[in-house]
Amino acid sequence: MRQMSEALQHDIVIVGGGGAGLRAAIAVAQLDPNLSLAVVSKVYPMRSHTVAAEGGAAAVIKDNDSFEAHCYDTISGSDWLADQDAVELFVDEAPRELIQMEHWGCPWNREPDGRVSVRPFGGMTIERTWFASDKTGFHMLHTLFQTLLQYDAVKRYDEWFATKLLIEDGRCQGVVAIEMRTGQIRCIKAKAVILSTGGAGRIFPFTTNGAIKTGDGTALAYKAGVPLKDMEFVQYHPTGLPGTGILITEAARGEGGVLLNKHGERYLKDYDLGEPLEVDDPKHPQKRTMELGPRDRLCQAFMKEHEKGNTIESPFGDVVHLDIRHIGEKKINKLLPFVRELAKNYAGIDPVHEPIPVRPVVHYMMGGIHTDIDTATPMPGLYAVGECACISINGANRLGSNSLTKLLVFGKRAGVAAAKYVRSCGKFDDSSLESQTASEQARIAAIFNRTSGNERIAAVRGDMHHAMESGAGIYRHDATLATTCEKLAMVRKRLGNIQLDDRSNCFNTELTTMLELENMVDIAEAVAHSARQRTESRGSHQRTDFPERDDQKFLKHSMAYRTEDGTPRVEYLDVVITKWPPAKRVYGEKPIESGA
Amino acid sequence: MPQETITLEVFRYRPEEDKQSTFQNYDVPYHEHWVVLDAINWIKDNVDGTLSYRWSCRMGVCGSCGMMINGEPKLTCAVFLKDYFPKVIRVEPLVNFPVERDLVIDMDGFMEKLKSVKPWIIRDDTDQMDQEYLQTPSQLAAYKDFSMCINCMLCYSACPVLDGDPEFIGPAALALAHRYNLDSRDKGNEQRQDIMGAEEGVWGCAFVGECTEVCPKNVNPAGAIQQAKIASTKAWYRSVLLPWGKR
Ligand SMILES: Cc1cc2nc3c(=O)[nH]c(=O)nc-3n(C[C@H](O)[C@H](O)[C@H](O)COP(=O)(O)OP(=O)(O)OC[C@H]3O[C@@H](n4cnc5c(N)ncnc54)[C@H](O)[C@@H]3O)c2cc1C
Ligand code: SF4
Ligand code: FES
Repeated sequence: MRQMSEALQHDIVIVGGGGAGLRAAIAVAQLDPNLSLAVVSKVYPMRSHTVAAEGGAAAVIKDNDSFEAHCYDTISGSDWLADQDAVELFVDEAPRELIQMEHWGCPWNREPDGRVSVRPFGGMTIERTWFASDKTGFHMLHTLFQTLLQYDAVKRYDEWFATKLLIEDGRCQGVVAIEMRTGQIRCIKAKAVILSTGGAGRIFPFTTNGAIKTGDGTALAYKAGVPLKDMEFVQYHPTGLPGTGILITEAARGEGGVLLNKHGERYLKDYDLGEPLEVDDPKHPQKRTMELGPRDRLCQAFMKEHEKGNTIESPFGDVVHLDIRHIGEKKINKLLPFVRELAKNYAGIDPVHEPIPVRPVVHYMMGGIHTDIDTATPMPGLYAVGECACISINGANRLGSNSLTKLLVFGKRAGVAAAKYVRSCGKFDDSSLESQTASEQARIAAIFNRTSGNERIAAVRGDMHHAMESGAGIYRHDATLATTCEKLAMVRKRLGNIQLDDRSNCFNTELTTMLELENMVDIAEAVAHSARQRTESRGSHQRTDFPERDDQKFLKHSMAYRTEDGTPRVEYLDVVITKWPPAKRVYGEKPIESGA
Repeated sequence: MPQETITLEVFRYRPEEDKQSTFQNYDVPYHEHWVVLDAINWIKDNVDGTLSYRWSCRMGVCGSCGMMINGEPKLTCAVFLKDYFPKVIRVEPLVNFPVERDLVIDMDGFMEKLKSVKPWIIRDDTDQMDQEYLQTPSQLAAYKDFSMCINCMLCYSACPVLDGDPEFIGPAALALAHRYNLDSRDKGNEQRQDIMGAEEGVWGCAFVGECTEVCPKNVNPAGAIQQAKIASTKAWYRSVLLPWGKR
């Protein structure tokens, strides 16, 4: 391995060039151009997985909508596990941030009068999801990236892979990262670090997440002693394409698409999600009802239908049908062109003429690095934002289209908070950062140079996938989770037996894949152990042995701290309740008046 | 029935070990539903961890996985083995770029070109955050197609001008510049004129149209360049003939 000791230095280092990281970067650049700012990203920023988001971003903008309604939808959607102070802040700030995106050039769909259009989304009382046809994330990411290009002072480290946080004097003071082109492992010092490394859907085999979503930043923080919050809450999306896991956006249902079982029935009617209206009824689709219920409930309904034998067999596991034919070719081309393209290419059917086969697929991590509402972690100098962070506005179940908005609202907040911190943090001891870097170089060199061991990355990763899918999926039980935890412990042991083929320094993706796998095993264990210890059912976390929500014991965030052997110690933290005391989640009828 | 296979003939180049590039053949299980990227991932996972390439979304939107497939620039997550089977598939890095290693090209040049066209909204007023700028559906439609570029670089590989003149800004960056020029919210036309109207700008284009042919996202960069040439000519006339007038 190439060693290189000279350190790089900045005021703020942002690790992650997705929506959250780029928004934070623009905030810093605008606030104080004199700050030295760096963005480190393992892929070119415009490749970040924000690019794949399709459906849209939520914010109250229309006259028929209200602050209370968006808060209520988010909180009830979260099964009351969201922190309500964070939700209020989020909902309040959301419209300004989406207007800001508009001013930066995001091509939002428009009404004839030139105002932005909104569409309905799952679990939302009112249509409030802004969209750029069905490539919202793509347009937002490119808009942010192109906007950032005008700030000459921002130093980008594209295709640099962060491997470790540098902690000294009780503060985060930088990162170690591999420059992929050369293989050099470098120390990047900073007064503050913002992690925005995205989710970790790749700990499961079947996911909408791209290859890069391996939870690196989450694992880096976890290894540095920062707790991971609510890791047991993993969102499945009800409509992934079988085989690939490619997402068919919820917007397909927002525009009127319906879900059918093998008898052609809209089976959701049997699952406490209200009564179906005919698809040609002008009131269809009804908000917070049937196909526009929340994702957790729709995925659970699929599992029950599967048990009843009502799903349809396919070579890649059972499916149901998402039927959008009645929307018509013209509207599909205008509002859902990407859905059509994806279904044609990857399912071999044209949704204008045939229903789309779909099944639940791992989609989003509600849990992540514990932060306060200013995105600060308990570690001074370390901030986290985006899908890697848990603030928490998502609680036990995120509502679709809240995440893209969250990247912006809290991305900006992270930039502002970090800038404020670096101006006042003063000087501290950083004498060991270079020796810490040297030991990280040695750790990585040992992996790189290992000549013993007979395991391949793919095999170990496959067993991690199997452990997660078989025991920590949509329905869980103490017994399945116990097995998952045992299997993960074995997987962890095998990491040390992996021998790499690739001994080149330049663009060694086998090495980075190996480091990603190590990170994923940490995350997977945090998920499985946190899930095992939450003996209740709430939102996306359903325990067949504890089918009820238990507010007495578990109106709390789980906080996983990494211990020496890699497994977590789980503690709990109270949820912040402001105006919306815990109540039953009701869908399919008018929700309880908000603000109650 | 034994598993059918298909052969991938893959370009290899590791700057530390190899004096020059070579091709390496891999026999890969053939599945009808596999894209070429699935086959490459299978190689990496099962037989040769030393093969380097970029990919992420595997749904044709991140723009990472462009390669030459039998001599044509393609997104490898969007082309299927079945379209080539049973013939050998030749996999090479995108042409008209330096190669970092194996199938990984050097993107530095493009990143600079992209920045040079100022692909962001330029206005002289300050942002009023209480409302969106109005933009009608037809104003949106005027530039929408040109905003669909995923920066996959297929058009750079197809471009005969870039083959001879690496300085040419190239189809994707010019299309993006044009996208902002056409955006009713933008007032940056003039600021982009210098670079657009320069020799390596729109006038570098020989209008062969290969870029539009290969674009997987129907961006039509050739059309953008053609439109921009006309706009650029008008701007030139205005600047020559009416230096004192409203430009
Ligand atoms: C298919 C799909 C569709 C979606 N649709 C919607 C939607 O319609 N609406 C909505 O609100 N949400 C949607 N979501 C969720 C939302 O898109 C994501 O939660 C969000 O984009 C995550 O953004 P991010 O900035 O946190 O991370 P990402 O965009 O994933 O970016 C992570 C960044 O971190 C960098 N990074 C990671 N590890 C390292 C490392 N070790 N070193 C250096 N850099 C690193 C990466 O290079 C990347 O730049 C969707 C998600 C998916 C998967
Ligand atoms: S214009 Fe088309 S081919 Fe060229 S980079 Fe953009 S998406 Fe790719
Ligand atoms: S992997 Fe993203 S475009 Fe092919």
